[in-house]
Amino acid sequence: MSKTVTALNGASWEGGIAHISEAPQQGMITLLGDLTAAAVIKAATGATGQEMPAQGKAQCAGEKGVCWMSPDEVLVLCPYAEIDKTLAKIKADLGDTHSLAVDVSDARALFVVQGPNAREVMAKLAPVDLHPATFTPGMFRRTRMAQVPAAFWMQEEDAFNVICFRSNAQYMFDLLKTAAQPGSEVGYFAAS
Amino acid sequence: MLILTCPCCGQTGEESEFHGGGEAHLKRFGPGSSDADFEGYMFMRENPKGVHFERWRHAYGCGKWFHAARCTMTLEVFGTYPAQTTEPPKELRDKISKKRPGWSWGAFS
Repeated sequence: MSKTVTALNGASWEGGIAHISEAPQQGMITLLGDLTAAAVIKAATGATGQEMPAQGKAQCAGEKGVCWMSPDEVLVLCPYAEIDKTLAKIKADLGDTHSLAVDVSDARALFVVQGPNAREVMAKLAPVDLHPATFTPGMFRRTRMAQVPAAFWMQEEDAFNVICFRSNAQYMFDLLKTAAQPGSEVGYFAAS
Repeated sequence: MLILTCPCCGQTGEESEFHGGGEAHLKRFGPGSSDADFEGYMFMRENPKGVHFERWRHAYGCGKWFHAARCTMTLEVFGTYPAQTTEPPKELRDKISKKRPGWSWGAFS
């Protein structure tokens, strides 16, 4: 079997106001369905050991998690090596409930933006209120970053996980580097 | 800048996360209708200075269409409401009446 790699082969960049790196391979499964249906909840929670996230939230621990994407969609995170097993379990739990579960791991790129100014880097790129009082760890947001669709969530203070389409990976990496270039602190959140 | 809240997924974002879809509450006149009706449906649009109703799509979010009421002069957003309706909800119309007494838009006031 061929060896699969991430879009940018784990590129990383330091020296700016935040540390930008491409995360190692991460299993991602899109699960569409009625999020209040018992079978869908069982599939999402059973595969990850995480609770169902509230609207706009991500329930993550380590490589496993469930992220709210829209009123009828969640993103299930699992270790890359366990995708087949996890997907099979999800499909078994779903049974004949009207739903859809697809492995999208290799269709996406995942970046981590880390550092005291990570919030500022993100705020420069997304049309989202990222004030520390409004956007807090555990929140998930699907939006736009400059010219491409993206989604991000905060695992902890000062660290954002960003996902985008794999074909946009280089663009996203360059974009994050530009937004984090040395000396580009705005100081907006620090002051407020 | 417009700050819109999607009534479907509850997320609030700046307008570039959304995509404008033109005037709201158009009544379609298709095959078999009179030329005048079709012309009205196809070409005639409100162009208000003040209260306006529009369709928007949460293009970079949940992808759903919804309606928004806003002021074309101040860009104040009075409210957003789901797409599955043919008229603005009464609550919203009352709210607009408080802020813009005497407003009217198409058949609504």
